[in-house]
Amino acid sequence: MRGRENLKGDFILEIGCEEIPAGMIAKSSRELKAILEKYFSSNRLFDEGDAGGSIETFGAPRRLVAVARNVRAKQDDVTRETMGPPKSVAFDSVGAPTRAAQSFAEKQGIRVSELSIVSTPKGEFVSATQVVKGRPAEKVLAEILPQTIQEISWPRSMYWTGAQGPRFIRPIRWIVAVLDGKIVPFSFAGVRSGNQTEGHRFFGKSKLRIADSRDYQAKLKKNFVLCRPETRRAKIEAEIHRLTTRKRLHAHADTELLNLVTDLNEYPTVIMGNFDLGFLALPEEILITVMRDHQKYFAVEDRSGELAPHFLAVINLPSDAKGLIRAGHERVLRARFADAQFFWETDQECKLGEYLPKLAAVTYERRLGSYRDKVERMRSLARWLAEQWFSAGVREADVAGSDRAAELAKCDLVTGMVGEFPELQGVVGGLYARAQGESEDIAWAVYDHYQPLGLEDPLPRNLTGCAVSFADKLDSLVACFAVGAVPTGSSDPFALRRAALGIVKIIIEEKLPLSLSAAISAAAKGLRDHAPEIETPEAVERQVMEFVLERARFVLRDKHGFAYDEINAAFGAGADNLVDAMDRVAAVKAIRNTRNFAPLAAAFKRIRNILEKSAGKGDRSQGAARPELLRESAEKELFEAARRIGEKVGQQKKTRHYREALETISLLRPAIDLFFDKILVMVEEEEIRRNRIALLGSLLREFSTIADFSELAVEERG
Amino acid sequence: MTSSRKRKSRKPASKLVGFTFQNLLLTLEEFWTSRDCILQQPYDVEVGAGTMHPETFLRVIGPAPYRVVYAQPSRRPADGRYGENPNRLFKHTQLQVVLKPAPKDIQDLYLESLRAVGINLREHDVRFEEDNWEAPTLGAWGLGWQVLLDGLEITQFTYFQQSGGLNLDPVSVELTYGLDRIAAYLQGVDNVYDVMWSDTMTYGQVRLAEEEQFSAYNFEYADAAATRKQFDILEVEAARLLEQYGKAKGKTRERFPILPAYDLCLKCSHLFNVLDARGAISVTERAAMIGRVRKLATQAAASWLDQRTGIAQHAAGVPS
Repeated sequence: MRGRENLKGDFILEIGCEEIPAGMIAKSSRELKAILEKYFSSNRLFDEGDAGGSIETFGAPRRLVAVARNVRAKQDDVTRETMGPPKSVAFDSVGAPTRAAQSFAEKQGIRVSELSIVSTPKGEFVSATQVVKGRPAEKVLAEILPQTIQEISWPRSMYWTGAQGPRFIRPIRWIVAVLDGKIVPFSFAGVRSGNQTEGHRFFGKSKLRIADSRDYQAKLKKNFVLCRPETRRAKIEAEIHRLTTRKRLHAHADTELLNLVTDLNEYPTVIMGNFDLGFLALPEEILITVMRDHQKYFAVEDRSGELAPHFLAVINLPSDAKGLIRAGHERVLRARFADAQFFWETDQECKLGEYLPKLAAVTYERRLGSYRDKVERMRSLARWLAEQWFSAGVREADVAGSDRAAELAKCDLVTGMVGEFPELQGVVGGLYARAQGESEDIAWAVYDHYQPLGLEDPLPRNLTGCAVSFADKLDSLVACFAVGAVPTGSSDPFALRRAALGIVKIIIEEKLPLSLSAAISAAAKGLRDHAPEIETPEAVERQVMEFVLERARFVLRDKHGFAYDEINAAFGAGADNLVDAMDRVAAVKAIRNTRNFAPLAAAFKRIRNILEKSAGKGDRSQGAARPELLRESAEKELFEAARRIGEKVGQQKKTRHYREALETISLLRPAIDLFFDKILVMVEEEEIRRNRIALLGSLLREFSTIADFSELAVEERG
Repeated sequence: MTSSRKRKSRKPASKLVGFTFQNLLLTLEEFWTSRDCILQQPYDVEVGAGTMHPETFLRVIGPAPYRVVYAQPSRRPADGRYGENPNRLFKHTQLQVVLKPAPKDIQDLYLESLRAVGINLREHDVRFEEDNWEAPTLGAWGLGWQVLLDGLEITQFTYFQQSGGLNLDPVSVELTYGLDRIAAYLQGVDNVYDVMWSDTMTYGQVRLAEEEQFSAYNFEYADAAATRKQFDILEVEAARLLEQYGKAKGKTRERFPILPAYDLCLKCSHLFNVLDARGAISVTERAAMIGRVRKLATQAAASWLDQRTGIAQHAAGVPS
C-alpha cells in the first residue's frame, strides 16, 4: 500500500458501453469532464492552484473515458470550525457551561471542554473546532464515480437491469477505474469496476489489462481502437486526401459529416466506391442527400466542382482487402439511386402544379386547415408584397412571378421524392419547376423559399424567392398567433421564432421598403378572407408585431453588433420600417460618444423626468410654447435654437441623413445647458411654468423622431 | 400508383454464392432454438411487423421470462410496388427473436448468428447505428440500433421499454432480421426477385404474383367505404370485449377472450393500412385512426397483464 500523503497519481475511468449514438459522444464527454471536475474539487482530490490536477475526457462508440492527472493519493485533513450559541448563553455568570453549551458540543461530537470562544463583530460566540481526517482517494472515488456516471444526462435514456435500475444511453457492460495502478472498487448497474477493457469487436482482444492511462491508449491502439476523436478524425482526413488526390478529385467538404463518422467508428478507414455514370443525370442535390444523409458517404467532386461518380465510405475496420465491403456499399447505393431515379421520373408524369389539389389532404394545423388553404393565403400575401416593393421603386419585384412561385412552393410535399427525402422539401419542387419549363426566377424561388433557416443562413437568391419566403413565414406567424399556437419557452412547434427571424433578415439584408404593420395587417386580412371562422382580432396583429420586433432586436444585437440601448433608442422613435430603423440605429451608434451628444442624451433624459413629474401634477406638455411668455434670455435662446436647428434637422431627416441630423441636434447642447443652468422650470406662476413645460415637451417630441435619446444608457462621467 | 419501373429479368445464378432464402431462415431458427428459444409460427392474422405477433407484443409484458424465434411475413400495403421495384415489397419476411430478459451478451449472440449464416465479420463492416424504434399504434417503443452490413440495414435491434403503454420489467430485447435483403446480399443479387428461394426456385417464382395482385388491390381495387365499415365493425367488437372483461369475475375472468380482442385490434390495424395505401385517409383522420387502434392495443395489453397476474396470484393462493 502506497499511502504517502504527498503522493500524486494518475487515474483513468472508462465506461464501457454498447454503441453510444455518434451525435452524443462529444457532448457527453464534455459533461463527464465537468461532473468529475466538480467532484474532484469539492472532495479536495486536486491541489489548489496551477499546480493542481487536471481532467481530460474523450470518447469512442463503445466507451467514455476520463483521465485525471496529479490526483492526490489522500485528501488533506481539514479543520472545520462551527459557530455555536453566544458565549453569554453558553456559559452562566460563574463561567459554567449551560445546557446550550452541552447540547452544542454533543451535536458536534466533542467535549464541552474542547469548545473555544471566538470574537466577532456581533460579540463573542462559542465555537467547535474539529479536524476531519482526509480519506484515501480510492475510497472517495469509489463513492464519487457511481454518482458521476448517473449524472451524465442524455436526450433519451433507457433502463436495462429492470424498471427500477439506473438509466444510461445504452447498457453499460464494463467499467475500468484504475488509480495509480490499483482498481478503484465500486459497481454500477450490476457491473463491477476493474482494470480490463475491450478492443475492437472483431480485430481486438477482449479483457485487455490496463496499468494506467498511457498503457490504456497504447493497448487499445494495438487492438484497433483509436480512443481519441482527434486521432480518428486525422486518420479519416488523411485517407480521404490520399484516395482523392491521386485521381485529381476532392471530397465535398462536410464538417458535420466528418464529425459524425469520427464518432461512428472506433477504427475508421476510408474506402472509395463507384457508381454508374448514368446516375449523374440526376440533380446533384438529390445525389448528395442520398449519399450524405442516408448512407453517410462523402460525395466526390472533380476539379471543376462537378460531382464525380465516386463516393467515400468510412468503415470500422483496418481494411477492405477483398473489396467485399466496397461492393456491398456500391450495391446499396445503386438501389438508393435507383429509387431516387424512379421518383424523379414518376413524380414528373404530371406537372408540379397538378399536385396542388392533393395539398388539401395535408394538414398544416388542425384549426388552420390544409396546406392547400395556406398556399392561397401565401399567394395573396406574396402578390401584396411584390406590389408594395414595386411601387416603392424596387424594379425587379414581380407580382405575377411571386404569385406563381407561391402557388407551386408547397406542391412537392406530396411528391414521392419528398416522401422519401423530406429534407429536400423546396429543393425538389424547384428542380421539378425548372425541369418543367417554369422560369429560372420562379424555379429558384420555389427552391429557396424555406430559407433563411437561421441567423447565418443565406436568403433566397432572388426577390421572388424572398417574397414567397416572407409570405410563407408571415402567414405562419399571424395564423398561429390567431389560434393561440404561440411559442412558449422551449416549445416552438411551428418554428415561429425562426419564421420571424427570416422576415427580419429578408427586410434588413435586402433593404426592402416596407411597413411591417401594414404587412401584418395584409396577412391578417388574408386569414380573415380565407378562414372567416377564425377570429383574428387586431390584438393578434400587435402581438405579431411585438414578436417580430423582438427578433429584430436580436438580429441587430447578435448579427450586427449594436448595443441594446442603441436599438431601443432608435426603435423608440418607431420601427415599422425596419430598414429605416436600422439606419437610425447605426446613426445613434456612430454619434453616441461624440463630445456634445453624450451630454445631450443626459439632458433629454432629464427633460423626460421633468415632464413625467409635471404630468403627475397635472401639467400637460402638449402644445407649443408661446414666445410672448418667454421671459429670460436663456429660454428665449433655447426656443430660437430649437427653431433654427429643427428646420435643418427636418431637411436632413427627409433625405435620411440621420447621422448628420443627429450631429445637428447635438448643436442644441449649449442652449440646453444654459437653460438648465439659468432657468427654474417648476415656478409658482402657472402660466410661465406651463409654457416652460411646453417648450421642453416640444423639444423632446421634435428631436426624438430619429431616436429616443432618453433610452440611451449614459455613462456617469465626473 | 400505376407507373412502373422496368425490372431487368435476370436468369437465376447458376452457382449459389450464399444461402438460399429457406436455408437462411432454417439456419437462423436453428441458431436461436439451440439457444433456448421456442420456435413459433408466423401469426396467422395480417400484421405489419413481427412485433405485433402476440408472441412479442404480449409476451414482453409482465415478469415471466421467455425466449422465442419465428418468421413473420409482414404486410405493409403502402410499400407495395407491383413487384417492379427490386427491393421494396408489400410483404417482406422478418425473422423475429425476443429474449426476455435481455442477456448481457446479447450483442455477441447476435453477431454469432451472423457468423452462422456465413458472414465473416472481419471481411465485412458490421456496425450498430442509433435507431430508436417506436410503434405508435401499439403504444410501444424502445432504444437500440439498426445493424448495418456494409451500409445495408439488416436488423433492427431494440431494447423494449414499453409495450401497450406499459413499462416493461424485465427489459426484453427484440431482434428483427430483414430476411429478404439479407438473402439478396448473401447471394450477391441486386433484385430480391432473383434471390434463390430454394436450390431450384427463385423468390420471384414463389412470390411475384402475390406482390402484383396485392399491390393492385391495395392501391386500386380496395373499396374504401367497405374497408372502413369493416374497421368500424371490428373496432366495436374489440371494444365490447375489452369493456366486458372489466366486469368478468372468477373463472370467467381467467379465460376471458382477451387474445381474440387483440386479434380484432390487429385486423383493424391492417385495415387502416389498406385505407392509408388507398389514399382514403386525410392527415387529420389518420392521426385519429391511429389513436383508435392504439386505444384497443393498450387496453388489450393492460387486460392481458391483469389477467395473467390474477391467474398467477390465484395459483399462488393469494385471495382475489
